[in-house]
Amino acid sequence: MTVLSNLINGISLGSIYAIIALGYTMVYGIAKMLNFAHGDVIMVGGYMAFCAMTYLGWGVLPGILLAVIICTVLGVVVEKLAYKPLRSAPSLAVLITAIGVSYFLQNTALLIWGSDPKVFSSVVSLPSLKLFDGQLSISGVTQVTVISCVIIMTALVLFTSKTKIGKAMRAVSEDKGAAQLMGINVNSTISVTFAIGSGLAALAGVLLCSAYPTLMPTTGSMPGIKAFTAAVFGGIGSIPGAMVGGILLGIIEIFGKAYISTQLSDAIVFAVLIVVLLVKPTGLLGKPINEKV
Amino acid sequence: MSKIKKLNKTTRSNFITYAIVIIAYILSQIFSSAGIMSNSLRGQLVPICAYVVMAISLNLTVGIMGELSLGHAGFMSVGAFTGVITAISLQDSVTSGPLRLLIAIVIGGIMAGIFSLIVAVPVLRLRGDYLAIVTLAFGEIIKNIVYCLYVGMDSNGLHIGTVSIEALQMEDGATTIINGPMGAVGITKLSTLLAGFLLILFSLFVVLNLIKSRSGRAIMALRDNRIAAESVGISPSKYKLMAFVTSAILAGMAGTLYAMNYSTVAAKKFDFNTSILVLVFVVLGGIGNIRGGIIAAVILTILPELLRQFSEYRMLTYAIVLILVMILTNGAKARQFLERIKGSLRFIKKKSDGGGAVNG
Repeated sequence: MTVLSNLINGISLGSIYAIIALGYTMVYGIAKMLNFAHGDVIMVGGYMAFCAMTYLGWGVLPGILLAVIICTVLGVVVEKLAYKPLRSAPSLAVLITAIGVSYFLQNTALLIWGSDPKVFSSVVSLPSLKLFDGQLSISGVTQVTVISCVIIMTALVLFTSKTKIGKAMRAVSEDKGAAQLMGINVNSTISVTFAIGSGLAALAGVLLCSAYPTLMPTTGSMPGIKAFTAAVFGGIGSIPGAMVGGILLGIIEIFGKAYISTQLSDAIVFAVLIVVLLVKPTGLLGKPINEKV
Repeated sequence: MSKIKKLNKTTRSNFITYAIVIIAYILSQIFSSAGIMSNSLRGQLVPICAYVVMAISLNLTVGIMGELSLGHAGFMSVGAFTGVITAISLQDSVTSGPLRLLIAIVIGGIMAGIFSLIVAVPVLRLRGDYLAIVTLAFGEIIKNIVYCLYVGMDSNGLHIGTVSIEALQMEDGATTIINGPMGAVGITKLSTLLAGFLLILFSLFVVLNLIKSRSGRAIMALRDNRIAAESVGISPSKYKLMAFVTSAILAGMAGTLYAMNYSTVAAKKFDFNTSILVLVFVVLGGIGNIRGGIIAAVILTILPELLRQFSEYRMLTYAIVLILVMILTNGAKARQFLERIKGSLRFIKKKSDGGGAVNG
């Protein structure tokens, strides 16, 4: 029974990673850049929801909505100010800029909210689900996290395959120049991608803080790095890959914690990543890259 | 002076770099013995040397090899803890402090080199962003491993465990060397400014000569165009491995130097933030410009000391500077803007020179 409960915890943690990884992977697919600041958008989302609910006394849904809106705007603004001027720059320059943005967000949060952790009260008030005569209990947060992950995933797949903007996104990620010639507005498509990714990050932030209720300016960085790992693990640029990578990573982490060593669980996660990249350099579901001469 | 002018451009530039380092050393030696230097600044001298070596070493990976490493502090960490273990275990057999430091630095460097060989296997198969994530992962793994590493020494030799110091079951009066999350404890401070200075000269010598050599040109050719370089018979694995391992060895040596300057060093010291800090040195100094990296490392380590009252804003300023430097040097529009300013400056200069340009 403990195996099952660990598995469920792993899937729950993995779902959060998957939601964050979706943002990474979409941005990578379309702008070919690693948005290192993505993890810190999670933190901003967490703080926004926290402020709305604690200081302004708003309800849960308006709080989440505020977090999502602010993070969406933040994502678009960051893209316009910091990444857009570097559209044609070498990837090293863009990556370093993204690291700069990440530090900027973390330190701004540090100045505004201080370094002492805030206690985030869970946004989920569902009772835990008891199965097998109470031997297995699934907490409300876990249920909500897994369900929202499935919903987001399905919605995103439908969005990218059915809607006009979604198709434009796929076209831009395939070939920017050709997409532009077909009359697709590349800049606004990239903005939409950043908006969706950041909005998802805000949701992930709220879910993450509900499951692990401490909020600090560095809250987002570790989950951010792990979600990034998950995106690479599943093959960066692929939406199902992010999902698979995220959930597998969550399961590996929880099992590592439970059966090997609590302190070494991060090391195990990263070691698995290195091994996967050794065997499949483009990740589990990534497409092999062919270089043209 | 005329002799210096006759030398070719690279040699002259290298000469200037060495000269700057030597002059800086002499000046800081004079200042600290004359008592002009504040205590806190004097305490920063050895860390500055360590960071300068880190900047030189990361420049080899990022600037010369053209691959981003986000886990350089991991190699520093390996070097630091290996060096500390070496120095403490040799406490009785090698009595001379400087010699012990030398041995510790060499062993620290070698160990970091061995680790880099392990990392190099996946690193050499990957490119660009994937490589960056593997180095990041490596840095995190090292930090995690040191967190649960317990090393002690008694008359039977070294004991290594992963549970706790008590679980090592050592004799009474044993020395604890690494105490899990607390890091290395009970270090005898052996690092001196002279040692740091010599290490900087050594790493400059290694890196500048490597760049100038045939292998260095091969590494840079791989950076500029891998496919073209491969087609003329340059083996990417061999040369990348060479640059990567050299860089890691230097980082390990810097780590030992850094750790031997304190009585305790925690694994937290060598985390992702340190990797980024060193990356900032390299980027601000100009990627691939060794001298620039050295100057940036010195200024950015001293600056927070001088601007103590603004210390809260320090990382924020770093972040903004990092973004601005990247946009100004790489952004298409910013570059055009700079070109235009340069053009108009040239125009003004021409005008003020009078009719000088008429026949020119």
